[in-house]
Amino acid sequence: MLSDRRPILLANAQIVDPSRDLDMQGDLLIADGVIRETKRGIGAAGVPEGTEAIDCRGKLVAPGLVDMRAFIGEPGAASRETFASASQAAAAGGVTTIICQPDTSPAIDDPATVDFVLRRARDTAIVHVHPMAAITKGLEGKEMTEIGLLKAAGAVAFTDGDKSVTNAQVMRRVLTYAGDFDALIVHHTEDPDLVADGVMNEGEFAARLGLLGIPKTAETIMLERDLRLVALTGGRYHAASVTCGESLEVLRRAKDAGLNVTAAASINHITLNENDIGPYRTFLKVTPPLRAEDDRKLLVEAVANGLIDAVMSDHNPQDVETKRLPFAEAAPGAIGLETMLTAGLRLVHNEEIGLMALLRAMSTRPAELLGLSGGTLRAGAPADVIVVDPDLPWVLDPAELKSKCKNTPFDEARLTGRVVRTIVAGRTVYEYV
Amino acid sequence: MNIAPKSSFVLSMRHLLGIEGLSRADISGLLDLAEEFVELNRQVEKKRTSLRGRTQINLFFEVSTRTQASFELAGKRLGADVMNMSTSSSSMRKGETLIDTAITLNAMHPDIIVVRHHASGAVELLARKVDCSVINAGDGAHEHPTQALLDALTIRRNKGDLEGLTVAICGDILHSRVARSNIILLNTMGARVRVVAPSTLLPPGIERFGVEVTRDMREGLAGADIVMMLRLQRERMNGSYVPSMSEYFHYYGLDEKKLSYAKPDAMVMHPGPMNRGVEIDSIVADGVHSLIREQVEMGVAVRMAVLEALSRNLPNA
Repeated sequence: MLSDRRPILLANAQIVDPSRDLDMQGDLLIADGVIRETKRGIGAAGVPEGTEAIDCRGKLVAPGLVDMRAFIGEPGAASRETFASASQAAAAGGVTTIICQPDTSPAIDDPATVDFVLRRARDTAIVHVHPMAAITKGLEGKEMTEIGLLKAAGAVAFTDGDKSVTNAQVMRRVLTYAGDFDALIVHHTEDPDLVADGVMNEGEFAARLGLLGIPKTAETIMLERDLRLVALTGGRYHAASVTCGESLEVLRRAKDAGLNVTAAASINHITLNENDIGPYRTFLKVTPPLRAEDDRKLLVEAVANGLIDAVMSDHNPQDVETKRLPFAEAAPGAIGLETMLTAGLRLVHNEEIGLMALLRAMSTRPAELLGLSGGTLRAGAPADVIVVDPDLPWVLDPAELKSKCKNTPFDEARLTGRVVRTIVAGRTVYEYV
Repeated sequence: MNIAPKSSFVLSMRHLLGIEGLSRADISGLLDLAEEFVELNRQVEKKRTSLRGRTQINLFFEVSTRTQASFELAGKRLGADVMNMSTSSSSMRKGETLIDTAITLNAMHPDIIVVRHHASGAVELLARKVDCSVINAGDGAHEHPTQALLDALTIRRNKGDLEGLTVAICGDILHSRVARSNIILLNTMGARVRVVAPSTLLPPGIERFGVEVTRDMREGLAGADIVMMLRLQRERMNGSYVPSMSEYFHYYGLDEKKLSYAKPDAMVMHPGPMNRGVEIDSIVADGVHSLIREQVEMGVAVRMAVLEALSRNLPNA
């Protein structure tokens, strides 16, 4: 870890700050852990003594990413991922804030565990880490957790991970009670009875592979229920991972009706489709499942127009024992901290989405939803900044990944663009050389 | 009498993982070769030596009587050393993974592994980890290529040619690897395929498989040359997929009345084991239109053909 805390001048860069729709050529000055100013030609005269000046010609400077959904194995599954390894991966991928998920062992469902996570992350992680806490005790979908105390302890939002709260009465009470604390409820929307033994998107492709399908309705029906409960209770709600056009319609209606509702899509669902599973590639088994190309395109469009607020990594490290299995028996999940930006840049290069919209969904919006101070390059904001070479071609070698597990769907993929420097609170924590 | 086969057909691939990927010429070549083994199997002296010195392992993760017996006989008649392994006795029970089992067996230098597994794609996964030839003896609801080949051989011997025939496949299409392999094979060979089932037993997207789909036996069997029935697992008739055995039989069980909708010379097939009185009436199963016993006979010949055609590709062949 590079711990130099000299002032940094990122000079001659293309500065992109979605928090104020700013896209300009210029310089950005960092000192004392905060962003001082962004403007054209700050120059040597305008910087404090000892400033490290970095020429960023041809490069992008943007707010560090805020990843709303990453599984880290602490406590309980440190062999899969630790705060240390996850944060190394995050830094290499331009993620300066990780929001870790509570589906650990034990679950993050009491203030003491939140405290453990925060201390552990402070001592071992090189990027910011904030936990979400469980909605229900033990993620069992029955009794609500101590939402007030958990929030006071540092939980930035509440979720049962990739489990859905199936009992509508429990969900109603949670939304009602959470509203009193202005707590954000983040929900994985999949009806487990409709998912049943399904392992991939329902349709022709699943039928050809002889795999049982998961209908899109399993997601949309739960989302629809939730949004009606939000209308009833007035709570603050975020759909954790939407994957299909039908869900977008439901979401659109709720937003148009003025409900306090937001949504995210995973990087996997906006860059991959069910066909990428090919001959039973278990690294592409995720939950909810990858959908058809039509849905993927609709998701990208929704990210571009802001209907989908955030794009997250859905980072889920799985080791060989849980992935080198027949498709139906393999655990779902893909790592993504290290590749979310570069995978997203694919969409930018293909002109499917603008750079500003992509970066907004990966930094500014998630920071706003979670009430965090990152996601902006405004003067006075914490200096969580990334430098990106948008045109650098490279091939992903799983052996070079920092994550403890190598279950990336972009295994040996040709990629264009990568993070060359990541700065967290004014310190360079990653540099690509 | 132990003459070399007349057909010199070689399957230009290392494994037989499915019908998908086989050309029309591959299928015809295998069927022609199998014809010769049908004749051989009807003689007193059934032994060949083409697989002498070869080791064949039958690795069955799912219980099977006829397929395993059929592969065992096929291998032995060609002179191979055949070893049977099934889950009840293997270390899979002790938690060893499929891949570890594959690596372990691979170290024993088999020439051919015949695999059946309950998960779709498992045979392909195993094939990637071994150096020998792998034959798929059924993986989940994906493929069962030798079943489709033996069905094709049976049809060809009774109808002369597959091209232009109308074949109705009836029953639990959703969970059936037999249906998938047969649909692909019959389409490749130019037959017209219909699938008949209640909607709960049809996989979504089936209409894009190049088949006609119907929920009505009368419509599905009208003018059919071949009626192929599928087994319905008992656990699927208790209200989960269909309400009851008797309702299923009423609408989808093949009895003489329903069979009368097909062509007068239509033939009836079933991959076995049959649920008499559920998907097929005994009178039909044992009747003059039934090819069910002939299918079993063709099974051995087809598996000999597959073993022979793959072994011609093995190193030092």
